[in-house]
Amino acid sequence: MSGPNTNFDPVRVAALEPEALEEAVSTALAAAAAAAGLDELKAARSAHQGDRSPLALANREIGALPPSAKAEAGKRVGAARARVAEAFATRQSELEMERDARILVEEAVDVTLPTGRRPLGRRHPIELMATRITDIFVGMGWEIAEGPEIEAEWFNFDALNFDEDHPARQMQDTFYVAAPDEVVAHGQAASSHDGGHHDWPSSGLVLRTHTSPVQARALLERGVPLYVACPGRVFRTDDLDATHMPAFHQVEGLAIDEGLTMAHLKGTLDRLASEIFGEGTTTRLRPAYFPFTEPSAEMDLRCFLCHGTNPDCRACKGMGWIEWGGCGMVNHNVLRACGIDPERYSGFAFGMGIDRALMFRTGVSDMRDMIEGDVRFNAQFGMEI
Amino acid sequence: MRVPIDWLRDYVDVPAGTTAQQVAADLVRVGLEEEAFHGGGVTGPLVVGRVLTLDKEPQKNGKVITWCTVDVGAANGTGEPQGIVCGAHNFEAGDLVPVILPGGVLTTPQGPMVVGARKTYGHVSAGMICSELELGLGEDHDGIIVLTRRFADDPEMLARLEPGADAIPLLGLDRETVEVNVTPDRGYCFSIRGIAREYSHATGASFTDPVVDLAEAAPAATDDGFPVRLEDHAPIQGRAGCSRYVARVVRGIDVSAPTPRWMSQRLVEAGMRPISLPVDVTNYVMLGLGQPLHAFDAATLGDAIVVRRAAPGERITTLDGQDRALHPEDLLITDGGRTPIAIAGVMGGAETEVGAGTADVLVESATFDPVSIARSARRHRLPSEASKRFERGVDPELAPAAAELAVQLLTAYGGGSVDPGVTDVGTPRPIVTVDLDPDYPARFVGVPYSRDDVRRILTEIGCHVEEVATTGGPRMRVTPPSWRPDLRTAPDLVEEVARIDGYDRIPSVVPTPPSGSGLTHGQRARRIVAEVLAGQGLTEVWSPPFVGDTRHRDLGWDPQEARARTVALANPLSEEQPLMRISVLSTMVDALVRNVARGAKDVGLFEVGLVVARDGEQRRAPTEDVGILPSEDTLAAIHAAIPAQPRHLAILLTGDRDRAGWWGGGRRADVTDVIALAASVAEALGVETEVRPADDVMPFHPGRCAALHLADGVLLGHAGELHPKVVASLGLPARTLAAELDLDRLIAASEVTVQARDVITSPVAYSDVALVVDETVTAAAVEASLRSGAGDILESVGLFDVYRGDQVGPGRKSLAYRLAFRAPDRTLTTDEVSGLRDRAVAEAARVVGAVQR
Repeated sequence: MSGPNTNFDPVRVAALEPEALEEAVSTALAAAAAAAGLDELKAARSAHQGDRSPLALANREIGALPPSAKAEAGKRVGAARARVAEAFATRQSELEMERDARILVEEAVDVTLPTGRRPLGRRHPIELMATRITDIFVGMGWEIAEGPEIEAEWFNFDALNFDEDHPARQMQDTFYVAAPDEVVAHGQAASSHDGGHHDWPSSGLVLRTHTSPVQARALLERGVPLYVACPGRVFRTDDLDATHMPAFHQVEGLAIDEGLTMAHLKGTLDRLASEIFGEGTTTRLRPAYFPFTEPSAEMDLRCFLCHGTNPDCRACKGMGWIEWGGCGMVNHNVLRACGIDPERYSGFAFGMGIDRALMFRTGVSDMRDMIEGDVRFNAQFGMEI
Repeated sequence: MRVPIDWLRDYVDVPAGTTAQQVAADLVRVGLEEEAFHGGGVTGPLVVGRVLTLDKEPQKNGKVITWCTVDVGAANGTGEPQGIVCGAHNFEAGDLVPVILPGGVLTTPQGPMVVGARKTYGHVSAGMICSELELGLGEDHDGIIVLTRRFADDPEMLARLEPGADAIPLLGLDRETVEVNVTPDRGYCFSIRGIAREYSHATGASFTDPVVDLAEAAPAATDDGFPVRLEDHAPIQGRAGCSRYVARVVRGIDVSAPTPRWMSQRLVEAGMRPISLPVDVTNYVMLGLGQPLHAFDAATLGDAIVVRRAAPGERITTLDGQDRALHPEDLLITDGGRTPIAIAGVMGGAETEVGAGTADVLVESATFDPVSIARSARRHRLPSEASKRFERGVDPELAPAAAELAVQLLTAYGGGSVDPGVTDVGTPRPIVTVDLDPDYPARFVGVPYSRDDVRRILTEIGCHVEEVATTGGPRMRVTPPSWRPDLRTAPDLVEEVARIDGYDRIPSVVPTPPSGSGLTHGQRARRIVAEVLAGQGLTEVWSPPFVGDTRHRDLGWDPQEARARTVALANPLSEEQPLMRISVLSTMVDALVRNVARGAKDVGLFEVGLVVARDGEQRRAPTEDVGILPSEDTLAAIHAAIPAQPRHLAILLTGDRDRAGWWGGGRRADVTDVIALAASVAEALGVETEVRPADDVMPFHPGRCAALHLADGVLLGHAGELHPKVVASLGLPARTLAAELDLDRLIAASEVTVQARDVITSPVAYSDVALVVDETVTAAAVEASLRSGAGDILESVGLFDVYRGDQVGPGRKSLAYRLAFRAPDRTLTTDEVSGLRDRAVAEAARVVGAVQR
């Protein structure tokens, strides 16, 4: 594609003329700009940057120039080729970005499609409530104690100052464990010690009616000073209905130390109430009776929903207070039964319903929902309550 | 205890206009919690009306209604007769009747009902003529109340019956009763007298003890009273069954004389049924003062009353007509020591009951031992009003005063004369004094009570307080009042101080325990187990631990063997479920059945709970008296008798493990899923487990059950598919999967600190190998042989294919493994990898007969 050979001495080559180079560059730039896709750009690049492209051919012509002209022509061609290369590179990256963006658009899916290939399970809300309460105690520096559900009468009653003939023992609707077979077989009737509580021979075992036997266990096992809480399952002979369960859950607290007073009991209860039911939830103590505490009190919570302002409140039924449990200063007989000197040590104990806490905190209205194991019940709650 | 406010006013100054709610609020402060309110449900206008005209109008529906005009005076604002349609027919023109005018409110079983004027049977009926039922006065709904008849024998009331007069006070409908719960330590509050005293403590209202005057009026004992002998030769715990027996005799009484209206009204309000004058009087005195009384027909008594224990084989027919076998511990009232005529303090006998022919009545006012009465009442299942009071302790000073009130009331309303002879025998137990350090209440409660506060409060509740000096310092020697047998120790007195001063005065102080050590390893581990399973899609449940033989049989267990591992309840809720569970699965299956019955298909459940694992003979757990630390031997025997109760984890799985959805079909849960879930728990606790086939473990499918063992061989439990028979008998979905592990064993094994190994960063080399083995060879055995053959450089073994078919022949299977090798210190060469693989294959060939394909 050399220009017309007008002169024998080839000092001028048409293809190397600035106009020709400019022409080749602008054609190339136009082609690069015109390329609508990467394939077109590839073809254009081959035409304008390839071995047979005008600028490549022009480059070859440089050799034919006299040495004096080579440098300048070389510089011109080089600059032209650089402009073209840059234009193609720019266009290349533009088109790649366009392609990448288009692919991302094309790859879009409906993220609202159902995702439940393997739904998460759930813990039981009673366990969650017990966990929450347990952690509050641990945060206060208390430890968590446990005991068996089939318990000796001594732990469940005698150690707790439930005299065998005391009416208080009848307040508890106790499941008694049947006597060993051979005792029945030999017809050994209830010893006089059984005091006619029941018509069957005694095994000395019951299903624990409260978590309080863990008080005696902890005192015997750990000694004093002692700050323990015991969450657990307890049993009463109630048929299952909306407001009763034959098995339910309590948490027991016991603190024995030198110099503990009822004010410490009140302080602990207030702290628990505000931690579980929200800042500012206070407690009220009412005189009551329990064999294992003296003085004894019933504990009411200030209604955490209406704070006593709503006569139609679902949580407190308009009373402003919610009954939550019993408490008191540990009876000296309990300390004595566990080998602790009541002249030196004093302490307090309290017990409250975990299921009840769940019910009035979350509005569960039918206890059967808490025991039947319907997965839909648990599904309402998260893994923290 | 039901407390009619009107009765309460007899003994304590309840301010006029005080509502039952206010009384209850005051009583709760001193520890008497309200249970219910009664009365006060009708609000006016309820007035006296005189029936002027009365027309019977038969209706199309067959009913005959009565169209009346009634003069209600000026009560309706116009003075014109009120037109009222009435359904009753027991009245006539001229009768005085109670009329509720529009705007009045009645209490119905459905709740309060506002009475209005309404069109009915062609008339506008403006109000209602009321029956007993409608006013809450009784059950009678057949007719309306005719006031002239109701008060026929009461001229004073008749005089007040003017048309337009307010009928609410006339009918006692303004009377309110508050029902309070009396705790077992406060027997004296089972009386209006006791409640009045507490009301006074709560409010400061002036209290007048009725017993003071009565005790003064009661004549002293004489020698010629009716002979009573106390002959208790077998006291319980050394306490005489009867410590005091007062007897008074009234002769020539008219037992048919009506009980005065005020008394029967109070009895009804207090929840008792009026019966006859003598019975009503004894009940009235009991409710008012707290002393249970018994009235005997004196004519049926012989020469003396003897109080003694029952003899073996003795029987009595009680007032309720029951013939009862007596127990040698039962305390009896006997006729001259021969025939039993009452179970003391519990129930009288039929023979000596006061009846229509009775003319002479002996009133028994006695103090019986709480324990003796409590045992008899429970033994004979006779929790009577009397026994309820005796077992909580009756004021021993009360007997003569109560007898005096009874004879006063009997003679006032039944006539007759009181014998001058007064019996009062026995030795009341002395009241025990308590020495109280005057600073102790402040120290124990945390309120700075002064010594004066303590003395004032104790005196206020009836204690006698004397200052004494002891070696321990100054003390208050406190003699509790006779009605407070519960005040026996210093803390008992502290409670009184705190209670009367007010529990609301106790400050709130958070104690500072010595720092605790947080949750135990086991407690943390249990949380992890539950969270790992919930995280894998299982829902936590809990089930009551009660089972029976049928369930054990359904699970494929021998019921007798199951019983030998557990204990039975003496008083189960259901005779079908008398046993405590030995397996969590055994009770948890009910939750799965329930979920499936309610429409769930893909269900995964888990439960963590205690089971019984009794090992050896069941032994009796000793008991001990209260307040005593048992001996070491006794404590050991107590512990030994409590059966082992390990904590188990159980899992149930049915339906799809991966659910079907828009993405395609689901994947049905299979045995690998439940094994994986069980193993995941161990893995989460960092415990290595070994899975072995278990072909004979009910309730599992013999070919689809894995036993999970710890590295040392200890069995953790089983996971697998339930046996088809079990599935069928329990009504479970086909191919239900289950697992049950001993969580205690797992947790015990997890309490080990892991020793970390360095992470190797040199490159990994893979080599695949297919091995043909007999069907009976387990994957675990093949893998174990590969590992032992290749040695430590073998990093992992992955089974990626199992093939059965022509190419391997019948009874054989091909297992394809990818072996990953990594040396700690270098890049392995191809030759080294081949060599290691060959050694692994050679070992598999040697141990399990594997042939490389």
